[in-house]
Amino acid sequence: MDNTRRKFLKIAGAAALAGMSAPAIVKLTSHTAFASEDAGHATPAHGEAGAHGEPVSTGVRLGMVIDMRVFAVQPMLLDQAIAACNKVHNIPHFTDRKNEIKWIWKAPYANVFPEQETLHKSEMAKTKPFAVLCNHCDNPSCVRVCPTKATFVQPENGIVGMDFHRCIGCRFCMAACPYGARSFNWQDPRPFITNYNPDFPTRMRGVVEKCNFCGERLALGLEPACVEACKGTGAMVFGDLNDPASEIRGVLDKEFTIQRNPAAGTRPSVYYIV
Amino acid sequence: MYNKGTIIPGLVIFIVFVTFPLWYNGLNAGPVPKPDLPVGEKECVAPAGEMRDNHMKLLNEWRDAVLRDNDRANVKVGGKEYRKGLQMACMQCHTDKEKFCDSCHTYAAVSPTCWDCHLTPAEAASKKETH
Repeated sequence: MDNTRRKFLKIAGAAALAGMSAPAIVKLTSHTAFASEDAGHATPAHGEAGAHGEPVSTGVRLGMVIDMRVFAVQPMLLDQAIAACNKVHNIPHFTDRKNEIKWIWKAPYANVFPEQETLHKSEMAKTKPFAVLCNHCDNPSCVRVCPTKATFVQPENGIVGMDFHRCIGCRFCMAACPYGARSFNWQDPRPFITNYNPDFPTRMRGVVEKCNFCGERLALGLEPACVEACKGTGAMVFGDLNDPASEIRGVLDKEFTIQRNPAAGTRPSVYYIV
Repeated sequence: MYNKGTIIPGLVIFIVFVTFPLWYNGLNAGPVPKPDLPVGEKECVAPAGEMRDNHMKLLNEWRDAVLRDNDRANVKVGGKEYRKGLQMACMQCHTDKEKFCDSCHTYAAVSPTCWDCHLTPAEAASKKETH
């Protein structure tokens, strides 16, 4: 009797141990288990291959060059660009800055390029407001943290899009974005919109919003509203960063440009000529 | 059967209580809503019956196509082209949300959240740019 009980406990113990350790062993020995972990996160083009070294995005990748030399001489131009964007996208105007909704806005050099802060700056860097907007990163941290995939990289053009229908307002993306390019609707924005653009929705309380590179206008063959507002001045150049023949690549080849916080590893698509 | 005296009256009371909404309204579901149809337009993106059953699915498909798949190909209805979208296609003909959408939605006690963000034609006109 004692003997069989002893035997039973031995077998039961061994079986329990095997059962508990089996998943770990399977996971450690099979390589597919590692691969499948990454499958859900990103599109293949924006996969982990680019974690170190050169970007790997292929296909169309829309980007922008902002020539601050032009904005510095024409201060009204930036206001026009911002007004054009606000109008097209039904962006509310809140007097309290806490509630501010920003797609494209003005910021001082020290806030735009904090890591480039030097003792003796140019007159432009000291006094002129810089144009800032979503950088439509190739490796966006906001997309990485979004729990509902409400924000995502559009594989067709590299735009970091927002699906307001899916946003639950958790604001992880706002914490993740190194550029402060996202705004939260703390209250119903509608009473604060001056004129409605009937072709675009408004937002509701509790969603995050940001620049969408005018995806809806690109579909109609138009340029983004801010770029259109600066037409002919060269202050904003918009185009495909992956096309060597594009206008934007011509500018990038010719001029020295800088990007916001390149050390964050997000690979922004917006370049600045300062 | 034990406790016949309490179970049967209990069951009767229960059935009466559960069917209260039916007999309270006299077994009548009220007048069937008649949404205002657009004047002059005969054709929709799909036959009326299909639209009646599946317009919410179609709207979700459009939403995903436009926002997720970047497929903004226009829809053709009766020779006219419309951009996919509630504001840009549907409401171009069905110009009165209150008399079209709401008439059935109120009757069926459904409250879709579309209009939290999307502008009804009336709302869009209320803050129209004037110059």
